[in-house]
Amino acid sequence: MTSAQFPVPVPNLDNQEFFDRCREHQLVLRRCRDCALFSHPPRPNCPNCASNNLEWVRSEGKGTVYTFTITRQPVSRAFEGRLPWAVVDIELEEGVHLISNLVDCDPDEIEIGMAVEVVFEEVNAEITLPKFKKVG
Amino acid sequence: MESLKDQAAIVGIGETVYNRDSGRSELSMAVEAAKTAIADAGLEPKDIDGIVKFTADSTPQGELAACLGIPYLRYYGELGPLGGAACGLVIQAAMAVSRGLANNVVIYRSVNGRSGARYGSGVVTTRRGEGNAAFTEPYGLLVPGQSSALRARRHMHEFGTTERQYGAVALAFRKHACLNPKAIMYGRPITMEDYLNAKVFFDPLRIFDCALEADGANAFVVTSAERASNIKHRPIYIMSSAQALPAAAGRNGESWDESGASWLAPELFGVAGVTPKDINVIGFYDHFSTVIITKLEDYGFCQRGEGGPFVEEGSIELGGEIPVNTSGGHLSEAYLQGMNQIIEVVRQLRGDSYAQVENAELGLVDSGDGAGALILRR
Repeated sequence: MTSAQFPVPVPNLDNQEFFDRCREHQLVLRRCRDCALFSHPPRPNCPNCASNNLEWVRSEGKGTVYTFTITRQPVSRAFEGRLPWAVVDIELEEGVHLISNLVDCDPDEIEIGMAVEVVFEEVNAEITLPKFKKVG
Repeated sequence: MESLKDQAAIVGIGETVYNRDSGRSELSMAVEAAKTAIADAGLEPKDIDGIVKFTADSTPQGELAACLGIPYLRYYGELGPLGGAACGLVIQAAMAVSRGLANNVVIYRSVNGRSGARYGSGVVTTRRGEGNAAFTEPYGLLVPGQSSALRARRHMHEFGTTERQYGAVALAFRKHACLNPKAIMYGRPITMEDYLNAKVFFDPLRIFDCALEADGANAFVVTSAERASNIKHRPIYIMSSAQALPAAAGRNGESWDESGASWLAPELFGVAGVTPKDINVIGFYDHFSTVIITKLEDYGFCQRGEGGPFVEEGSIELGGEIPVNTSGGHLSEAYLQGMNQIIEVVRQLRGDSYAQVENAELGLVDSGDGAGALILRR
């Protein structure tokens, strides 16, 4: 048991679809129909051309570790009972970055450039989070 | 369009003691710092007709005015978010005094940052999973140091930056703090061995890489260049100023190469008509040691990727090529959200620092990750 939980996502009108699809174990990204840019986190407009003509596109969820940090001291109460804790920045093949965690991976084995793919972890009935596992 | 170049000056500075448990209200410390700054400028509280504040500060402008005996303010404003507001507030004040909206403007920051809500624990910055925090906080990205650590790890990967180089930043500022009796870490030198043996908080950052949460208050007075010439101290002119709020579009805002500093640097130096080589002293907002290396690169004090070797050569120490944070900075003096660096650079340009850079004429200060920056001249 941990003494405090990490915050649970509070979906809003701009990202509800992302979390709905996570419940179905699908990772989706925003793509601009005008300039083809993928973007994340989800916004109502394209950060390249400002178009609101966006679609949700399913991602294979394949990428690499861009950077990471391992928290080793209880710098906030939420870490009590769960150290060391690794946070990773994943660069997906689509070019977007996601903050996430690696499952079934010793934090000290994490390396930049490591190939990963998405898995899904249920938090509660409403929220399922995309996480990643090492490939190969 | 006429620029703000040399149109306004910082003419008074004030600070309380820095400690870890002030036992005082943030309001009472704000008043003390403001009174000190006003007296330092050779002014009376009734001469102050403008006050601007950090959005994050608990003291409203009107409360400060009441405690200073000022019946009303002709000019007031504020700037957020969080810590990166100081330089932007100087810009607001400079605009106000140079366009006649106010005669003398006070800027202040008062915070029980150690005995009250601590930035380092994430309680100030958390958004409880709302907005785009829905994509970061549920994964345990909760405190500001982790974001800097992500960027630091990537910088190490791309450029071979080492933990000893981050340590060189921490050691340089501790050395400066040991010259400054007001610094919380005065009299507490550290060695590279101490640094490397210290607890790792969020890999690769250690305790010595983190801002020293503190209780205290800072204030200064900005007036027009015209009025400044009649004031007690040598006026320190705001030669150039710039702000940058990068869109958070790309990488959850975590990437080292998307800091505000790299966006605003061309305007900052362009308006002043000087280059990094002309700057004699720097006051960087050092919430973490690691940002010093990227800022030196962003502002052009060295090439991209060369920040690590640059600090390891001692370039940022007193006596080095470009001394940085000569009062100890956030790491070793106190974490007053960039205000104490501005005060120290003003002292340097007046010739009053405990760690005086010989003949300092031009200083650069910044806020946050380059949310705002100023070039100051004597």
